[in-house]
Amino acid sequence: MNVSGNLREPALAKRHRIGQLFEWACCGSTWFGMVVLSLLLLSIGWKAMAWPIPDADAVDRAAATKTDAKANALLSPRPLSTRFLTSYDSRVPQKAGIKAALWGSLWLLVFVTITTVPVGVGAAVYLEEYSNEGRWKRIIQVNLSNLAGVPSIVYGILGLTVFVRMFGLFGHDGKVLDFNLGFAMLSIPLPFERSVISGALTLSLLVLPTVIVAAQEALRAVPSSIRTASYALGATQWQTIRHQVLPAAMPGIMTGVILSLSRAMGETAPLIMIGALTYLAKCPGKIDSLSAVWQHPTGLLEAPFDVFTSLPIQIFNWVSRAQPEYDHLAAAGIMVLLVVLMMMNTAAILIRNRFQRRTQW
Amino acid sequence: MKLCPTKTASSESCVSVAQQSPSILVKNSGSLTRRFSWTRAREQVIRLVLFLCGALSLLTTAGIIVVLFNEAIYSYAGTAFFQTVSITDFLFDTVWAPQHPDKPRFGILPLLCGTFVIAGLGGIIGLPIGLASAIYLSEYAKPKMRRIVKPVLEILAGIPTVVYGYFALVFVTPYLLRPIFQTWLGINVDIFNALSAGIVVGVMIIPTVCSLSEDALRAVPRGLREAGYALGSTKFDVSLKVVVPAALSGILASFLLAIARAIGETMAVTIAAGQQPRLTLNPFRGMETMTAYIVNISLGDTEAGSMEYKSLYAVALSLFVITLSMNVLAQWVLKRFREVYE
Repeated sequence: MNVSGNLREPALAKRHRIGQLFEWACCGSTWFGMVVLSLLLLSIGWKAMAWPIPDADAVDRAAATKTDAKANALLSPRPLSTRFLTSYDSRVPQKAGIKAALWGSLWLLVFVTITTVPVGVGAAVYLEEYSNEGRWKRIIQVNLSNLAGVPSIVYGILGLTVFVRMFGLFGHDGKVLDFNLGFAMLSIPLPFERSVISGALTLSLLVLPTVIVAAQEALRAVPSSIRTASYALGATQWQTIRHQVLPAAMPGIMTGVILSLSRAMGETAPLIMIGALTYLAKCPGKIDSLSAVWQHPTGLLEAPFDVFTSLPIQIFNWVSRAQPEYDHLAAAGIMVLLVVLMMMNTAAILIRNRFQRRTQW
Repeated sequence: MKLCPTKTASSESCVSVAQQSPSILVKNSGSLTRRFSWTRAREQVIRLVLFLCGALSLLTTAGIIVVLFNEAIYSYAGTAFFQTVSITDFLFDTVWAPQHPDKPRFGILPLLCGTFVIAGLGGIIGLPIGLASAIYLSEYAKPKMRRIVKPVLEILAGIPTVVYGYFALVFVTPYLLRPIFQTWLGINVDIFNALSAGIVVGVMIIPTVCSLSEDALRAVPRGLREAGYALGSTKFDVSLKVVVPAALSGILASFLLAIARAIGETMAVTIAAGQQPRLTLNPFRGMETMTAYIVNISLGDTEAGSMEYKSLYAVALSLFVITLSMNVLAQWVLKRFREVYE
C-alpha cells in the first residue's frame, strides 16, 4: 500500500486537502505582517520624497503673488531634506523642520536613561538576588505585570498630576528653588510645569516595568556557580553582585534597556497629556548645536526645566493640521523617527549577538 | 568538615564537632565577634536602597490609584467628579457632551461604544491572523523562515502608534476603504472612521498575539504531537486538535492581553477615528474612544478644576479598571487552565 494509493481514498484525500489549505492560510497570515510593513514603509517613504502636486488654483495663486527666486531658494525641494533636519517648525510648510523635536527627543532620551537604568537595574537586582521567594517578591512581581498592561495614557495622567501640577501643592504661580552652584545658578521651578524633566519622569515610570523584567531575565541567566565561586572566595553579597553578576548580565540588561528606551522614544500619548504639544521654535535651554553648549554652558542647567517638543509629538502636530503639505512633512518626520528607532534596535541586536557568542557558560 | 576525622570516628562525634565549630571560630577570629562592621552596614544600606527601587513600582501603582480616586471618586474638598455627577448618569446616559455650555452631559456609553467597536474590529483582524502565524511559526515553518519572520514581527511591534495612525488616515481610508466601500458598494465612508482605526489596531496586536501564543504552542511537549501522528492524524489534525487545545490557556491569555492593549491604544485611534462621540455600531462613521477623548481634552485649554478637566479622570479611571481587569483575568486564565507537563 503506497502513499499515492492511500491518497486515492476520497476521505483521506479530502483531509490532506484541508491540511494543505490550512497551511497556506497560516503561511499567508504570517506574510500578512510583512506585506503591511512594506506597504507602510513604501507609502510613507513615497509621501516623504515629494510635495503634493499643486492644483491649478494654487499654481495661479503662486504666479499672482510672484514668489521671487530668493524666497524659493529657502524652500526645500522635497519634504525630507537636510534643511528639514536643521530648521524649526514653521507656518510655511516648505520651511518647516524638526530641529526642536530632535533636540527635545535627545534630552528626553538622556534623562529617561539617567533615571530608568539605575532604578530598573536596582529593582531587578533586589528581586533576583536579595529577596528570597517571599511575599514582597510575589507582590512586586504581580504588580509589575499589571503595570506593564496599564495604557500609556494613564501614565500621562499620573505625570500630569504628579509632576506637571504636583497636586496643585504650590499654589497657582508655583515656586522657584534657586541653588548657587558657584559657577552658575540652578533654578528648579516647582511644580515642574510642562518641562523636559516632567516628560522624562513620566516616560521613566512608563518603561520601568519593561526594564525591570528584562534585567531580571538577564540576571536569571547568570549561572549560580559564578555567585557560589565568588562567595567561596570570601566576597560579600554586594561585592559578588557588583563585580561578578552585574558584569556577566550586562549585555542582556543593555539590550533590554535599549529596546525599552526605543519604546519610550516613540511614545506620544503621555507627552501630549503633560502638554508638550505646542508650536515651538526653540530647543530646550537654547542649545541647538554643540558649539552652543560651548558658548552658554549654563544652558545645560536650564534645559531640563525648559519647554520641549519631541519627534512623535511633532509628527502628531503635523498630522492634525489641515494643509496637505503637512501630511508630507509628517511622513518625512516619520522616516526620521523610524531611522532613529531602527538605529537603537540595531544597536541592541548587535550587543546581544556580540556578547552571546563570547560568553559560554 | 575538615575537623571531622575519617571513617574511624563515629558519626555522633562528627556532628558534635561541627556544632561546636562556630563558637570556636568566634572565639578565635576577631572580625566575626564585632557586632558592628562597616562592611556589614554598607551591605544593609545597599540592600535597603535596592528594596526602595523595587518598591517604586508599588508606589507607581499606588500613585495611579490615588490620583484617579482623588479626582474622580472622592476628594475631601468635595470636588471629585462623582461627587457632582451621579454614577448612574455616567454609566447609562447616552450622550457625551461635556463641552455643552448650559447643560453638559456625561454619559460614557458613546465613548465605551467607540472603544469596544474599534477594539472588536482590531480583534477580528488581529487575533486570527496572530494565532495563525503563531501556529505556522511553531508547527510548519522551517528555521530559516523563522529567522526572517521573527525580526519583521519585532519591527512591527516597535513601530510607534502615531505612525500607525498616520498610515490609517492617509493610506488605509483613501486608498483601501474608500475605493472598496464607497466606489463599489456605495456606502458612505467618513474620512475619520472606526474601520481604518480597527484595521491598524488589528495589525498592531498581531505581534503580541503571535509571540505569546507561539511561546504557548512551543511549550506543548513533542510527545503529544507524536502520539497524534501515531494514531494516523494529519499535520492539520495534530496542530488544530492536539496542540492548540493543549496550549489553550496561553492562547486565551494572549488574546486577553492583546484586547486590553487594543482598548488602551491611544494615538492611532485618535488620529484615525476622529473626535465625534457617537453611539453607533456603523464602522464607517467617525467615533471617539475613551483614550481619544482624554487626548483631545488635554490638547485644548482646559482649566484645571473645571468639570471637563475632572471628566478626564473619570474616563481614565474607567479605562484603567477595564484594562486592569482584563490583565488580571489573563493571569488567572494562565494559572487556572495551565496544563502542566513534566
